[in-house]
Amino acid sequence: MSKLGQIKISPAASAAEEISAYMVEQEKKSLLRFLTCGSVDDGKSTLIGRLLYDTKLIFEDQLAALTKDSRKHGTNGEDIDFALLVDGLEAEREQGITIDVAYRFFSTPKRKFIVADTPGHEQYTRNMATGASTADLAIVLVDARQGILRQTRRHSFIASLLGIRNIILAVNKIDLVDYSQDVFDKIVADYQEFASKLGFKTIQAIPLSARFGDNVIGPSANLPWYKGPALLQHLENVPLESADDARPFRFPVQFVNRPNLDFRGFSGTIASGSVAPGDEVVVAKSGKSSRVKRIVTWDGDLKSAGEGEAVTIVLDDEIEVSRGNMLVAPEARPDVADQFAANVVWFAEHALIPGRSYILRTETDQVTATITDLKYRIDINSFAQEAAKSLDLNEVGVVNISTQEPIAFDPYKSNRSTGSFILIDRLTNATVGAGMIDFALRRASNVHWQALDVDKASRAAQKDQKPAVVWFTGLSGSGKSTIANLVEKRLSSLGKHTYILDGDNVRHGLNRDLGFTEEDRVENIRRVGEVAKLMADAGLIVLVSFISPFASERRMVRELLGEGEFLEVFVDTPFEECAKRDPKGLYAKALRGEIKNFTGVDSPYEAPENPELHLKTVGRTTEELASEVEKLLVEHGIIFNYDQSSWSI
Amino acid sequence: MTKNLTHLQRLEAEAIHIFREVAATFSNPVMLYSIGKDSSVMLHLAMKAFYPAKPPFPFLHVDSTWKFKEMIAFRDSEAQRLGFDLLVHSNQEGIEQGIGPFTHGSNTHTHIMKTVALRQALDKYGFDAAFGGARRDEEKSRAKERIFSFRNAQHSWDPKNQRPEMWKIYNTRVAKGESIRVFPISNWTELDIWQYVMQEEIPIVPLYFAARRPVVERDGMLIMRDDERMQLLPGEVLQQKMVRFRTLGCYPLTGAVESEAATLPEIVSEMLVSRTSERQGRMIDKDEAGSMEKKKREGYF
Repeated sequence: MSKLGQIKISPAASAAEEISAYMVEQEKKSLLRFLTCGSVDDGKSTLIGRLLYDTKLIFEDQLAALTKDSRKHGTNGEDIDFALLVDGLEAEREQGITIDVAYRFFSTPKRKFIVADTPGHEQYTRNMATGASTADLAIVLVDARQGILRQTRRHSFIASLLGIRNIILAVNKIDLVDYSQDVFDKIVADYQEFASKLGFKTIQAIPLSARFGDNVIGPSANLPWYKGPALLQHLENVPLESADDARPFRFPVQFVNRPNLDFRGFSGTIASGSVAPGDEVVVAKSGKSSRVKRIVTWDGDLKSAGEGEAVTIVLDDEIEVSRGNMLVAPEARPDVADQFAANVVWFAEHALIPGRSYILRTETDQVTATITDLKYRIDINSFAQEAAKSLDLNEVGVVNISTQEPIAFDPYKSNRSTGSFILIDRLTNATVGAGMIDFALRRASNVHWQALDVDKASRAAQKDQKPAVVWFTGLSGSGKSTIANLVEKRLSSLGKHTYILDGDNVRHGLNRDLGFTEEDRVENIRRVGEVAKLMADAGLIVLVSFISPFASERRMVRELLGEGEFLEVFVDTPFEECAKRDPKGLYAKALRGEIKNFTGVDSPYEAPENPELHLKTVGRTTEELASEVEKLLVEHGIIFNYDQSSWSI
Repeated sequence: MTKNLTHLQRLEAEAIHIFREVAATFSNPVMLYSIGKDSSVMLHLAMKAFYPAKPPFPFLHVDSTWKFKEMIAFRDSEAQRLGFDLLVHSNQEGIEQGIGPFTHGSNTHTHIMKTVALRQALDKYGFDAAFGGARRDEEKSRAKERIFSFRNAQHSWDPKNQRPEMWKIYNTRVAKGESIRVFPISNWTELDIWQYVMQEEIPIVPLYFAARRPVVERDGMLIMRDDERMQLLPGEVLQQKMVRFRTLGCYPLTGAVESEAATLPEIVSEMLVSRTSERQGRMIDKDEAGSMEKKKREGYF
């Protein structure tokens, strides 16, 4: 091996010293992770095989196996086929192609390298993306005879999307074009023209022959016109991005370590920035703050810890933090939002379709998510934005995503660890897509949750009740408001704290700008739901009296509220009866066609399937119906300390 | 102040992250403990990952009943020293049928006493995740495997259809009966392992160090006669030689190398000048082309 020259081996005691010195050398080396990509047959695997061979990292037994394999599967006649060193799967060697990414390791006196050899076929793009997601640099191979191909552009684009900033354009098989400078210059010019849009920091073009070793580990006499570095020389010297002190502290909590009652630590890997005991930190989702008490490791407590370190943090206070949350710097917090825009690469045979729900997973968090909008697909060749209804296998697009719970994140361009996610199919558990977050939607993202010591529970306890939203739904004129009014009167006389949200009242103020189209009805309910939620948070029993004709919106409000807080009351009065009562004269107008989109007339009413209470009103008094509602509240523990003698059914 | 981590610190942090990820997301994980140096490193990393708690999962040794005696003694003393939960499983049917490498050949023995035994143990306890100490630099098909490697309900690996593995986001979701093999030291090389053993002073089985041991030359390998189940064939002579092992497994299948290296620095210096890979000492890889991939597809680690 190449290290042979540097150490003299002796079985005597001095071996220990020499080895320790050697180990110290090893420790100082930096690590570069890179991938090779490009089109099929551009020679990616051959190049890695050549690098391993020329840096003397192939053992004798491996070389013997390789020579044997080369005769069986090789494509170079009697010569060794280096690609067979990396194409480790039987199917790959039989077909002479790379299917999945292979990781190889080598080192030189200057650096250690982890190489991801990625497949060139379009159908295996997801495996290329896998290799690129952890790489710092990409070698894009081009066959000198072919020039820039579709896959060259696709892989360059995906590398750029995944945040790779350093590119080596390896113009391979230069021996097959007579080491021509003209061919090389033309390819470089072509590449630079389209890559200028991709935001790379460095592009180093190198003419080489992986098969014969020209310009791989040293300069080649066959290419006197080329004055730049050989491949290995460039890999050894390209500047690495070092951990950036300036980035804010981010600690995604992976695991809560609680071996006994005396110890509660949060384990995770620091995604960016640094932290020390005494530092103030904030829990991203709740906004609660605390101080770092200890940074615990097996090797003893640390005075500080930085990016990339896997530690366990103990806080001063017993505050609520669980997996999926983040401890962050108070002065520079991440976004906490349930809607954001992102780039998505699609990996699955069945297409991404807006409206479908997936499991979204970040480094430590997991939520249900829906693609609410596919804004456009990006054409791999022209990088143009195209309108699209779905994203097919290997396509890239920009989408809006809505999650069931808010997640904490940063834009991908400022943090690869906290700005990335994958999408998982709910049925098959397959990883179907990968995403890079651009920005949070809605201004609300910058309004951080104010953590208040007085919370919903304490407010409700003060009022001697449990907060709830009692949602009366039914046709216009079915008796919702009448019943709700009587319930409120009785609750009030019992000393309970209540409020009524009534369709007509709210439409005069908060929802004055809304009409009666389907979109406006949905927005109407959304706003009322949010207001009801705030009032429940204030500890109130909220009585909502709204036609709310659509089941999906009622479900939306139900999901907005805590378990057991939403009680749906279906005020069931037949259409004919309502039209006959017609307290506001609206049915008459609607039936004459003077009012459009009237529920029950020319707009549908979706009756609840499983309401908490189904009130059939015909033939019953308002008092009887109100008592049923009160009974419901008692059953659900909303009101207690309640004198049952006042019931009157 | 953020410091730039060294190569080993990075590898250690990556492995710890992976250990914690499994503990946080699976309901019934297990670590496969094979007693070799990689297992020693894995055990050390697991202790670090959950400190001050103990690793929240058991350690399973699949005992083919043909391991070196020193390995078993080391296993039991480590379990006592660190207080981890040790499970030992052997294929009872295989034992009753008298399956062994001398009588049935390495292929049958490995399949029944290791692969099938492992599948039995995983099914018996219903583990949904199993840590293994495989490294990508060991063998070509290992170089292709994900860190979180999905197995169907039959424990088999589908190399042509692996889940994409982006960044440090691991898809840990499995349906009932399915499982994931997890390889926290995928990105370590043999040199990294030795360097880490030295740096952290991790105990390893004494068989890694050269000593005079009784060996027989058979099929081009030096096999140590660890017990009387190994019969000498005509013409074979038992010799006392200064040997050590670069890798440990079933003693009849594990070749020794002649060596004087009796200390860690000497082992490392010997490794650096070696012209053969560590798996050369394993018969199992040489039986047929692509043999490791085939075994893995059948459920071998």
